[in-house]
Amino acid sequence: MLDWILEIFDFMPVEASSWASRVDYINNVITVISVFCTVAITFVMILFAWKYRRKSENQKTAYITHNATLETIWTIIPTIICFVLFYFGYTVYHEMRNPPVGANEVFVKGQTWYWDFQYANGKKSTGELVVPVGEPVKLIMTSADVLHSFFIPAMRVKEDMYNGNYSYLWFTPTSSGTFDIFCTEYCGTQHSGMTAKLKVVSKEAYNDWLNEKKDPSAEPVLPEVTGKAIYTAKCAACHSLDGSKVVGPSFKGIYSGAKHVLQDGTEVVVDDNYIRNSIANPLSQIVAGYPPVMPAFQLSEDELIGVISYMKTLK
Amino acid sequence: MSNDTNHHTDKHSGDVNYLNFEKGFMSWWMSIDHKRIGLMYLVSMIFFFAIGGLLALVVRTELMKRGQTIIDNDTYNMAFTLHGVIMIFLFIVPGVPATLGNFLLPLMIGAKDVAFPRLNRLSYWVYVFGSFFAFLAIYFKLDTGWTFYSPYSLRNAPAVMSATMAAFVLGFASILTGVNFLVTIHKMRAPGLTWDRLPLFVWATYATALLQVIATPIIGITLLLLFLENAFGIGVFRPDVGGDPVLFQHLFWFYSHPVVYIMILPAMGIVSEIIPVFSRKPIFGYKAIVWASVGIAAISFLVWGHHMFVSGMSDFVRYLFSFLTFFVAVPTAVKVFNWVATIYKGSVEFTSPMLYAMAFVFLFMIAGTTGIHLATLATDAHYHDTYFVVAHFHYTIQGGAVIGLYAGLHFWFPKIFGRMYNEKFAKIAFCLLFIGFNGTFLPQFVLGMMGMPRRYADYSTFSNVDTFEYLHFISTCFSYINALGYSLVLVNLGYGAVKGVKATANPYNSLGLEWQTPSPPPHDNFETIPVVTDWSYGYGEEYSDHDHNGNKKVVAKPA
Amino acid sequence: MSHHETLPAGHYHHLEPEQAYHSAKLAMWIFLATEIHLFGGAFCAFAFFRWRYFDDFNHYAGQLNWQLGALNTLVLLTSSWAMVRGVDAAQKGLNKLCGRWLIVTIILAFVFFGIKAIEYSTKLSHGIYPSTHIFWGLYYTMTGIHALHIAVGIGLIYWLYLLTKKERFSTVYYTPVEVIGLYWHLVDVIWIFLFPLLYLLGGVGAGAHH
Repeated sequence: MLDWILEIFDFMPVEASSWASRVDYINNVITVISVFCTVAITFVMILFAWKYRRKSENQKTAYITHNATLETIWTIIPTIICFVLFYFGYTVYHEMRNPPVGANEVFVKGQTWYWDFQYANGKKSTGELVVPVGEPVKLIMTSADVLHSFFIPAMRVKEDMYNGNYSYLWFTPTSSGTFDIFCTEYCGTQHSGMTAKLKVVSKEAYNDWLNEKKDPSAEPVLPEVTGKAIYTAKCAACHSLDGSKVVGPSFKGIYSGAKHVLQDGTEVVVDDNYIRNSIANPLSQIVAGYPPVMPAFQLSEDELIGVISYMKTLK
Repeated sequence: MSNDTNHHTDKHSGDVNYLNFEKGFMSWWMSIDHKRIGLMYLVSMIFFFAIGGLLALVVRTELMKRGQTIIDNDTYNMAFTLHGVIMIFLFIVPGVPATLGNFLLPLMIGAKDVAFPRLNRLSYWVYVFGSFFAFLAIYFKLDTGWTFYSPYSLRNAPAVMSATMAAFVLGFASILTGVNFLVTIHKMRAPGLTWDRLPLFVWATYATALLQVIATPIIGITLLLLFLENAFGIGVFRPDVGGDPVLFQHLFWFYSHPVVYIMILPAMGIVSEIIPVFSRKPIFGYKAIVWASVGIAAISFLVWGHHMFVSGMSDFVRYLFSFLTFFVAVPTAVKVFNWVATIYKGSVEFTSPMLYAMAFVFLFMIAGTTGIHLATLATDAHYHDTYFVVAHFHYTIQGGAVIGLYAGLHFWFPKIFGRMYNEKFAKIAFCLLFIGFNGTFLPQFVLGMMGMPRRYADYSTFSNVDTFEYLHFISTCFSYINALGYSLVLVNLGYGAVKGVKATANPYNSLGLEWQTPSPPPHDNFETIPVVTDWSYGYGEEYSDHDHNGNKKVVAKPA
Repeated sequence: MSHHETLPAGHYHHLEPEQAYHSAKLAMWIFLATEIHLFGGAFCAFAFFRWRYFDDFNHYAGQLNWQLGALNTLVLLTSSWAMVRGVDAAQKGLNKLCGRWLIVTIILAFVFFGIKAIEYSTKLSHGIYPSTHIFWGLYYTMTGIHALHIAVGIGLIYWLYLLTKKERFSTVYYTPVEVIGLYWHLVDVIWIFLFPLLYLLGGVGAGAHH
């Protein structure tokens, strides 16, 4: 009965991610409360208006100006309802913002007006994101030009991306199938054409797809191989791999999740955006105890993905 | 002799009022009479409302069927952009304060004019001047959306520079009105009109004026920076040289969230005036409504981040803004309860202003409660930038601010024009408008739930395109009914203004000060400045043995 | 012909002189609050980017000529003082004296412009444009908006000067001088914030860094 009431106004798309049913549940609770309040208020308003409609010009009215008890009650009750709803929204969203360690990482690049994807083994695809069912996927996203926003209705996730920055979102698909991906940040002429498909497939099919070679000569280069080459050429002089202090901090275990103290006293955990920013704008976040001497490097998106992927292999 | 000063020629001859004491275009254009300025604002704004409305119909018609139907993508993008820019900056931001506020504020506080009549006229001139830049933006094919998000807004410099200049200049008009009203309310209340007797519409105007002067300069500097970004490339909003597009969004919404309350607070004030009059009851919880107005104004500055939950703010800030946003719900809920309680045990007359006011309560409930879906983080991740948002803010702005404005126009119509509109016709138009509006936007909530992104020219690539098309089709059909309703209202009011039956000074037996002077009011509003001895909501006090402070009345016993 | 034409400008038929005076002052204070918000937005942007590009901002701030900036601060402070003398003279009904002080204020404002022009042209001739770096974008924007306020102030003060020529001010009527004086002081105050922020913080920050 309760479920039936909750689902009267449920027009959400198919639930295909681990939290979709919980998002929908919160949504349905809010909707039912909303509809109930709106209908109740309107009903009472019309009831009063009709019951006390003017039947004669001299109709007596009650001289009521206020009622402290009543007003206190109807101030406190909405406040409590709001606290509760905030809390439920917060818990699920908190999960949405904290991807598990070991999620499959896919780099996403939005540009007018299509989506590029790059997978861990260097494989690239356009307009089609393929992920295995039941495993968490983390999307690391940037834009080549204007703002875009990555929206998968079936997964209930959405996040903007902009040039020169990584944003992320993650989800665990729970059922196989093909789902719509939309751009939800207005980006010009073909904004409405900037769609893609999410294909959720079995682990085997995913591996097959990942390793299929249409053209044997164009075997994808592993991003960390690219990254290692860049490291050797540009980083190795100052950043060691064995934990020893050269000029800059060592890269050993840099993605372990440990906190680094910066010169201005703030603490940071190394993530994709920190690395990206440290390469493009090194002096903005100097680690305490190191000299501010690193020059800025201009790397392409692919090179950045390479360096980041390589650093993640340095346990 | 200047035109604005020759109004005393035949002051005492019979039927002279602010409408006819001077004639000719220049006597209006140069007028410093707050009533004439309010009326000029009204006519200009309805002109822009009509243009914005036609653009909305173009947008709806294109979406009626899948694929490209009447216009290509670029034209579609221009159409929704201009619909937004015109409706927001030229219609609903000046909105109630510039029209009814201008007309009524001095009348309601028993003053002969606003504090600075010339500044008031300047505000209107600035508004007209600013609107030319908006036309320039149309000429340069503005297609950024009314939000001007960078870096997309750096791609068509002439259009964006025109549009930002328009909004900047119009902001000046808004600030001038705000300063004028604040000083007027502080300094020009009639003797005896203490703060706790101030009509709620005046309180709402006061809270609105505060928002106008506090928030508008921020959009001023934001748009100026965007203008200079386009003109000289100063870099602040340009990510490829280290600027920050999210900073633009912060600055933009720091204004553009409070501006929602600039639109809605005066409409709430109007409803608070209408319901007591047609219920013959004092407004319930006067003080609570006053504090709710001021509270909404204050909280509105702390919640702008809910427009940016998926924009790339840090997680903690997202949680914080979600938490704060919920607090807006409380004072708005309080107001709704108070309006309904005012009707209880009243003597309700179903006039068209009362119907509009009751419709406002219903529509605003929908607007407010769907706001909870958007304030809740988990659900906003799904709803952000979908048709759910589109439907939500149309319920707020059209269902709230515009319906409120129309309620006020019908209510004060006899005061403004000294004539009545056709009541039966008004009710028919209201029904069409109400049905059309709900039929247009209720399906859009469903579209939003299904994941329909906003600002899409087409949806033919979607997997379940049939359902989307079906809902878009319904929405478009009802939008025509909605447009028909608005047209009928304007025809009815326009005809009534010229040919309507003459109205008396106080057709509703209202206690409001504005009704204690002839309709239409004379140029100077009041022959002598009135002395106020009580609040204006004392309906039915004669039947009670208590006054509105709860004190027992001292009644002289007959000897 | 109508009665308020015979009253001094700024007095409207519906306001008592006392009420008009207080209304005008309140309006100007509210307007000044909006001005602070306008600059406040720019200050926020400056603070944000200085935090993000700390070293760049220090580096470029060091390229500004702080001596010229300090000189301009002195010029503006002096002009504010001249304005105060003007207001004082107006309150005493001394139109001629007031006019003289207003002229001194205007001259000092033009001196400010002259020095600013030297600074701008030096920077531009060294190839430093608003698009060179965000620091310079904000420098030109903020000082430019401030200069625009100075220009408006010059116009307003000149208008006051014309009124003193017509002997408009008296011991009971000096509202315009006083409220425009308030405006002028605000323009001065904003410069007092701009000067250390743009010219001096660089040295301090850079010093802390090494």
